[in-house]
Amino acid sequence: MQTVMNRPHLEEIALRYGEVLRITDRRKYRMPLLVLGVVAYFIASWWFFSIGTVLSRANWSIAGSYLAQWVSYEVRPEFRIGADGTMTLNYGRHSPLGDHPTPDWVVTETEKRQKSQPAPGAASPTPALAAPAGGFMAPEKPAAPAASSTTAAAAAEQTVITHAEVTYDSGTRMILDPGRVTVDHRGETLVIALAGGRAEPVGTLPTWAEQKRPGEKIVLSYGLTGWAEVSADRVVARNRFFGWANFFFDTNSPFFGKPYTEVIGLILSGERLDPKQSNLSLAWNNICYNAEWQHLDVWTKLLQTIVMAFAGTLFACLIAFPLAFVAARNITRSVVLNQVTKRFFDFLRSVDMLIWALFFTRAFGPGPLAGMSAIFFTDTGTLGKLYSEALENIDDRQREGVRSVGASPVAVQRYGVLPQVTPVFASQALYFWESNTRSATVIGAVGAGGIGLKLWEAIRTNSNWHNVAYMVVLLLIVVFIFDTISSALRTRLINRSPA
Amino acid sequence: MTDRQPLNSRLSERGADVERHWAELASRRRMYSLLGLFALLGATAGSLWFANETNAGKFFDRLPYFFDFFRDFVPKDGFEIFRALFDLPSPYDNGSFEYNYPEGRHYLTQDVYLPEYFFKMIETLNIALFSTVISAIVAFFLAFFAARNLMPNSWVRNAVRRLFEVLRAFPEVVVAGFFLAILSLGPLPAIAAVSLHTVGALGKLFFEVIENADMKAEEGLRAAGANWIERVWFGIVPQVLPNLASYALLRLEINVRASTIIGAVGGGGIGELLRLSISQNHEAKTLAIVLLLLLTIIAVDQLSAWLRERLVGAQAFRTA
Repeated sequence: MQTVMNRPHLEEIALRYGEVLRITDRRKYRMPLLVLGVVAYFIASWWFFSIGTVLSRANWSIAGSYLAQWVSYEVRPEFRIGADGTMTLNYGRHSPLGDHPTPDWVVTETEKRQKSQPAPGAASPTPALAAPAGGFMAPEKPAAPAASSTTAAAAAEQTVITHAEVTYDSGTRMILDPGRVTVDHRGETLVIALAGGRAEPVGTLPTWAEQKRPGEKIVLSYGLTGWAEVSADRVVARNRFFGWANFFFDTNSPFFGKPYTEVIGLILSGERLDPKQSNLSLAWNNICYNAEWQHLDVWTKLLQTIVMAFAGTLFACLIAFPLAFVAARNITRSVVLNQVTKRFFDFLRSVDMLIWALFFTRAFGPGPLAGMSAIFFTDTGTLGKLYSEALENIDDRQREGVRSVGASPVAVQRYGVLPQVTPVFASQALYFWESNTRSATVIGAVGAGGIGLKLWEAIRTNSNWHNVAYMVVLLLIVVFIFDTISSALRTRLINRSPA
Repeated sequence: MTDRQPLNSRLSERGADVERHWAELASRRRMYSLLGLFALLGATAGSLWFANETNAGKFFDRLPYFFDFFRDFVPKDGFEIFRALFDLPSPYDNGSFEYNYPEGRHYLTQDVYLPEYFFKMIETLNIALFSTVISAIVAFFLAFFAARNLMPNSWVRNAVRRLFEVLRAFPEVVVAGFFLAILSLGPLPAIAAVSLHTVGALGKLFFEVIENADMKAEEGLRAAGANWIERVWFGIVPQVLPNLASYALLRLEINVRASTIIGAVGGGGIGELLRLSISQNHEAKTLAIVLLLLLTIIAVDQLSAWLRERLVGAQAFRTA
């Protein structure tokens, strides 16, 4: 036996199998032509979708900020600067730190000041805000709660901030003094002078600072840790923290701001915070109705999506099963019936799930019934087609065997056909159940119920990306669980089947 | 089955033992089946109750009005559908959006125009085609790193597989919505959403095909001293290419539907028009779009089935 090929041997083989070794023009140019075609198509599509212009107009810095919002939150202390250079501090209405935050990364020095201008109108003077006498450093009481910063004009005496330090991280810090803001970031120091309604940097601006027009707002970007805006009448700091804020308890909950050990202690053996119910039920209630995360609503919608996929696929399976026997030409020997059923399947399948979803949303109103019906209609078509094809491919000998002993037509199907196809049928139904869990999300967004619509609404606000992330994580978990269950069941079914 | 008793009496003692054991197993099996059936029934009843309870309209309340929808969508006359489809002026035109068919025309030259719905349908089809081609290429290159027989390093293999899984499971709406926020309205968000999902879906199918490839050719090349790229390109790719192309075509069918749906939630194309015209009760427009969609989907399915049959023969076509 010759193991090494030499030239004569090769030529001998080439002579014998000329057809195989000859390289035709078609074979030679097939691949380059295909590549050329794809490239030409890409260029044409680039023009058709005007991808270039869309990409150049896109706002990529927003993209980064949106992505960061998936897993982080911002706290926004806002310093309003008065005419005399003193400041008032305000955390905004929906601050994740609650109504009266005193974070340790904001340090202020306060002072009691007589208001220069009297209160407008004859409003009765409200008592001065209780500030600690000579209170330096972070005051226990808020320096200026959200509401009072605008209405405090009525107060005769007001607590104002004369010096503040905002620490972002070890390398980033802002120091606010009357008429001056000093910023340390990455070892560089920027001094901004605030005077006469203008914000002017002292010296040149570093790369991380930007000012569109002289004297106007200066935007300082500190990368992932946050950013700030400095203008003559206010300084807005935006400090970014990793994580989801107030995931369990919102700021109105009595459990808000307590460490987990304390919360667990309260639930297990604490005194009742609300005399009407136990701490456990109060905590559960607070979690379910968390205003920011809306856990109960999200879970309900998620369950709707699961139910839509489950019930839709199950009913599709039940209807497709008998119809497939009618459609299979080796079982029902009537061309008319076969064709009618098959075209019916084609119709159900080809009218898109979207059309069915929009249609049933009109019929039943938004909600899971619409999505369920859409999945049911589409999948009756798809499963019916697959089932009838499986039936047409069965081994006929088993049926013949059962028929030869004189079994009734029903018994022939039961013992001659069903054992062959049941594993295939069940496996396909499981596969569609799993894939419908995914598509139920999409049709939900057009109004057919489930988490899709909630997800879509959260996306369209462009500011609730943390909620989007939460729902996506839940959906991924559900899909993975169903994926695992369905593929485990399918492997068992297929391995047990004789085929 | 009914004559088991006389049979049993004729059996030897060991035979009767076996028979009894069999009966025991059978009854246990029947019990499990029954339990499973009850669980399924319970789950179904619970699901239906829950769906009905959380729906805006209740099933039995809404059922009498079910066919109102059809009555709302009866066109003024049969030709109205075709006028809407081909952007011909309507005799019922009263200046409202319902009958302004000619305004959607896309003029290619002075007098040759493409009707609006055809243009949008082409856009949707092109979204599907573009996404499929681009993701098939990406998935093709990634799939070799996920196949057990070509990538011995389990870290790389599992990383690529997890990537496919996440891309597959990630909701398309979210991708579309995210890119919609950045890129503003247009087909690109739909392309991004459909492509990312398709990379995951095709990647999985592709690496499974590659794992089932015959390794003899690759072994021969390895013996001749070929490097990894040569082995893959000359040993594996020629065998798997027809199957991969067939899967890509199957995916194209799915993507035509997917891009229609994504279009309806803001990705442009025909899906958006359909959603608008249904919500505004434009009967002729809706029917025209539904007709066009139906015909297009049937045509794409037939074309793809024919191509797949040519590529891999009749057998692979069954596993659709």
